[in-house]
Amino acid sequence: MFVQFFYNLKEARIPVTIREFLTFLEALDKGVAQANIDEFYYLARAALVKDERFFDTFDLVFENFFKGAMHKTAGLLDEYIPEEWLQGLAREMFSEDEIDKLSFDELMDELAKRLQEQDAAHHGGSKWIGTGGTSPFGNSGQNPAGVRIGGDGGGKSATKMWQRRDFRSLRGETEIGTRNMKMALRRLRRFVREGAEDEFDLQETIKSTADRGGMLDIKMRAERKNKVKVLTMFDIGGSMDSFIRISEELFSAVRTEFKHLEYYYFHNFLYERVWRQNRRGYNEWTPTWEVMNTYGPDWKAIFVGDATMSPFEITEIGGSIEHWNEEAGELWLRRFLGTYPDAVWLNPVPPARWMSTPSIRMTYQLLEGRMFPLTVDGLDAAMKLLRQGRQSSSRLN
Amino acid sequence: MKFTGTDNYVATDDLMTAVNAAITLERPLLIKGEPGTGKTLLATEVAGALDMPFFEWHIKSTTKASHGLYEYDAVSRLRDSQLGDDRVQDINNYIKRGMLWEAFVSEKQAVLLIDEIDKADIEFPNDLLRELDRMEFYVYETRETVKADNRPVVIITSNNEKELPDAFLRRCFFHYIRFPDEETMEKIIAVHFPEIKKRLLKEAIDVFFTIRDVNGVKKKPSTSELLDWIKLLLAEDIDPEALREDATKAIPKLHGALLKNEQDVHMFERLAFMSRRQDS
Repeated sequence: MFVQFFYNLKEARIPVTIREFLTFLEALDKGVAQANIDEFYYLARAALVKDERFFDTFDLVFENFFKGAMHKTAGLLDEYIPEEWLQGLAREMFSEDEIDKLSFDELMDELAKRLQEQDAAHHGGSKWIGTGGTSPFGNSGQNPAGVRIGGDGGGKSATKMWQRRDFRSLRGETEIGTRNMKMALRRLRRFVREGAEDEFDLQETIKSTADRGGMLDIKMRAERKNKVKVLTMFDIGGSMDSFIRISEELFSAVRTEFKHLEYYYFHNFLYERVWRQNRRGYNEWTPTWEVMNTYGPDWKAIFVGDATMSPFEITEIGGSIEHWNEEAGELWLRRFLGTYPDAVWLNPVPPARWMSTPSIRMTYQLLEGRMFPLTVDGLDAAMKLLRQGRQSSSRLN
Repeated sequence: MKFTGTDNYVATDDLMTAVNAAITLERPLLIKGEPGTGKTLLATEVAGALDMPFFEWHIKSTTKASHGLYEYDAVSRLRDSQLGDDRVQDINNYIKRGMLWEAFVSEKQAVLLIDEIDKADIEFPNDLLRELDRMEFYVYETRETVKADNRPVVIITSNNEKELPDAFLRRCFFHYIRFPDEETMEKIIAVHFPEIKKRLLKEAIDVFFTIRDVNGVKKKPSTSELLDWIKLLLAEDIDPEALREDATKAIPKLHGALLKNEQDVHMFERLAFMSRRQDS
């Protein structure tokens, strides 16, 4: 019966595999989770989800799948109703006499009947199955021992673990916050652990020399060193004001992570000059040509900007709102990409709005799709692409 | 054989389920979570509770998978050969067993902790796939296969510094230790300091969670830091009244145990100053 659940998880893009699913079934078979639905949920999570970023999605799928199951199958229900609820229920509904007479099964039958009656709309009121009541069964109830049957939980205590969505903050696609920033940082660090330099390998030399019976055999190896050079271009144009904080966070992260880091600011779009200071000190600008000549193609370029502006600012000569540009911004970006073909663009604007904003769409096309949202996931994907270089970029997009 | 927490370790239900699943199916259990939530401690406690021998393998950035299996000490052998030692004839004299080997050949089923697996090279987990899956490996130097008679309970911790390969994840159960809520926190403290006065406990937890909630704290204090702090409070015999006062008007007493960053301390001093000004 759980095969559909497996497919639902896959559909929700949680990376589950058949092997993990079989492990899960095996664990069920061996009786790891017998006691209650909570344990079942914990087991499913431990066996099928291997990254806390997917916990929240998992909770949603779980809720969706088992909501139906719990609602329809009376057989499942009796597993989840503890003795004491039934007793409380019985005291309310039946006389002492009847309780003695009715067996557990009969009580369950009675419950099933009541459940069916629930199909007819019935909200509030004195009958004990329905919505908004105080009885232990039904929906949105306030009874602390209540079992929830479908719908949204109103009473807090009837809410199951997976409905609380405790892991929402761990979702990868959430924006970069103070906590998530740390995560992103680690992704960047993974990225800098590469690059090669020659180094004398003492261990291997000794081993190899010993293997050859004492003949000296020198071995060399690559050094683990941060050789990555990063060139960051930050947009500090007016429309970026609302994203300043997040950009600053990224900036401080980038700064501490890379030994070879250069950064420049631009206003709205890349033109013939860029700035070193973000206070918009207009006098201290650097020609874009100079930047491209100083830092070779081995530098990795990262743009951070919302790319939100009038399309004229990209396509037209003199389109800049701040000065008269002799050449169109588009041309400058193309030139820049000629030097740094792997450049990525991080955009704090949610991807849903990219295609409907002309200037973002144009920038996206200029970059051949190498634009990523400024979220943990986006940063991750961008770094991956930067590291792998061009070959794989077409595949990813 | 079921793990249900111990006298000195408070395990939540989901953690227990994950541990028991790993024990029953003899698969590794991967533990992640915020620092200071007791990831490493878990393995010790599982070993203690189930009365199993305990092996601990700490991973560093230079650790290689083969270190956990065995190491062939070529240098000693080279030296011995120059000195004409008889030991040199038997290669077994120069093979040093690693933690995995020790755990595999343990008489009783053992608990093996692979601590901070994310510190090692990205390829590290991949090199251990077969070893953890089949619980056996081949020693090239002596041409023998070491196979576990009793598959050890393997607990692996990670701080998320690197992403682990999918093939590795597929073979594990996974648990993420969340930061404990106030209720669990009270239990944890009760386990560590059974003598503590109710009021002091309540005030301390209040202050602790207030600090964690303050926006912009660079390094949030963790459970282990709270425990250190309470140890200090007890040692100094701080009055709970004084602590209550502290929470709003000044930075908490003995804050050194909680705030480990001068910017954080500075920020709290400023907040305290501002709240004092508002009061007057």
